[in-house]
Amino acid sequence: MDQFLQQVVNGLSLGSIYALIALGYTMVYGIIKLINFAHGDIYMLGAYIGFAVVTIGGLGFFPALIIAMVLCAVIGIVTERIAYKPLRNSPRITLLITAIGVSFFMEYIMVYFVGANVRAFPDVLPKTQYRLGSIVINLQQIVIILTTIALMVLLQFIVHKTKIGKAMRAVSADRDAAELMGVKVDRTISATFAIGSALAGAGGVLVGIFYNSINPLMGMMPGLKAFVAAVFGGIGIIPGAMIGGVSIGVIETMVSGYGSSMYKDAVVFAILILVLIFKPSGLLGKNTREKV
Amino acid sequence: MLEIKNLNLHYGVIHALKDISLTVNDGEIVTLIGANGAGKTSTLRTISGLEKATSGEILLDGESIMHMPAPKRVSMGISQVPEGRRIFPDMSVFENLEMGAYLRNDKDGIKADMEMVFGRFPILGMRKKQLAGTLSGGEQQMLAMGRALMSRPKILLLDEPSMGLAPILVQEIFNIIKVINATGTTILLVEQNANMALSIADRGYVIETGSIVLSGTGQELAQSPEVRKAYLGG
Ligand SMILES: Nc1ncnc2c1ncn2[C@@H]1O[C@H](COP(=O)(O)OP(=O)(O)OP(=O)(O)O)[C@@H](O)[C@H]1O
Ligand SMILES: [Mg+2]
Repeated sequence: MDQFLQQVVNGLSLGSIYALIALGYTMVYGIIKLINFAHGDIYMLGAYIGFAVVTIGGLGFFPALIIAMVLCAVIGIVTERIAYKPLRNSPRITLLITAIGVSFFMEYIMVYFVGANVRAFPDVLPKTQYRLGSIVINLQQIVIILTTIALMVLLQFIVHKTKIGKAMRAVSADRDAAELMGVKVDRTISATFAIGSALAGAGGVLVGIFYNSINPLMGMMPGLKAFVAAVFGGIGIIPGAMIGGVSIGVIETMVSGYGSSMYKDAVVFAILILVLIFKPSGLLGKNTREKV
Repeated sequence: MLEIKNLNLHYGVIHALKDISLTVNDGEIVTLIGANGAGKTSTLRTISGLEKATSGEILLDGESIMHMPAPKRVSMGISQVPEGRRIFPDMSVFENLEMGAYLRNDKDGIKADMEMVFGRFPILGMRKKQLAGTLSGGEQQMLAMGRALMSRPKILLLDEPSMGLAPILVQEIFNIIKVINATGTTILLVEQNANMALSIADRGYVIETGSIVLSGTGQELAQSPEVRKAYLGG
């Protein structure tokens, strides 16, 4: 039982990071129906920005988080403007292939500038450990989980209570109808990329803390897993991405803990296959309904 | 109020609107009637800026709006109830109405107009918190109309508001259109239900395969042999 709870705690911290990345996938998919394969790389850039803020800037965790989020938001907006916006009326496959190209571009431009080697993410938080019975929780895990919860609450607030959030939901639901309300579609799409990318950037900094190591290709696997998480929860549905991310993190940790860490990736992709077979719309997805 | 001159619209090689000209004067109800695929929806979408005309001119109170993006046209006073309602199904009735007021910042005014909409469509007031996607077809039509009114339009474009509704509801919707008009909103009404549309319209135009083929007062058109034969069942 104790080992089980220990795995849950570990799984929640990993799952928080997946959830933060999955949110960006799902929001971007919701608004322009693009699986943004470059999204995992934004998360990688977030980790490097955090790394730079800490090592070069000499600042702590909080500034690293904020600066990574802001810069990733800008990178997200710029990427959308340059790579995706010109393809607004192109077939979806064109957009998808472009996203894969953007992904490689980001990965190898980083390899070029910072090298392909793994870097150790400095310890920005003290290595304090707390014991609850026989369960060990360290400060890193607490910070990861609390940061994620705070960001999710903030996101829910933005999406449901602010004007730009409502515009995002409206454009996701029906772009023409949103325009008839006076919503500026391009601006709304930019905002969606900004928010999604900022969350990925936060995920990047948190993963630096969690695994202590970063490299230019680190976005590939978590990117794919976060994508699985988004599909698992129901692509396009924000709470679905949260639940999906946390679930995938916990499942992966359980598999490593009780089975073998060799199988953890295989299990995640097996879940994707099962979801696609049995409930393609995902956990929270509804079957498409329309009224005349 | 609204003046359209020699408007042309192409979808790729399809020439959907051919030299359309029509005028809607202040305070009028003008109807545009025609068969399936004649170009009615295309006309309204072009006026709202959802489609880009290939050539021609659209004037609102004498000012060209041809090259304005759709949101700008809303702020100029053009509002549309689109074909098929297009309400936001996962938002509540209240949020849908808020979306209608998206470009406004006058909180008190918005609140007052919301009450006005609930006065006009009491069922919406009772369903305020309900998700719009769960409303009946008729209620969704009312919501789409209420939402369009929330921008305080000078001119309201309505695309087949009677589509798919029971006759008694159609009557109710048309009564409401008359009331909206009487309280100062100019109306351009697209309909296949020519009978009903002509009965409340000051003037009307008949569109056939992308061209205006006939125009006149509501009464003239209702009595014209061509219209009777083509749209009123003889
Ligand atoms: N997006 C589009 N792409 C290509 N052709 C289109 C498009 N939209 C409309 N058309 C064509 O333009 C013509 C006019 O269509 P429109 O929807 O304006 O007709 P309508 O009068 O509103 O018909 P209905 O009464 O059935 O709603 C039709 O031939 C239609 O097939
Ligand atoms: Mg139509």
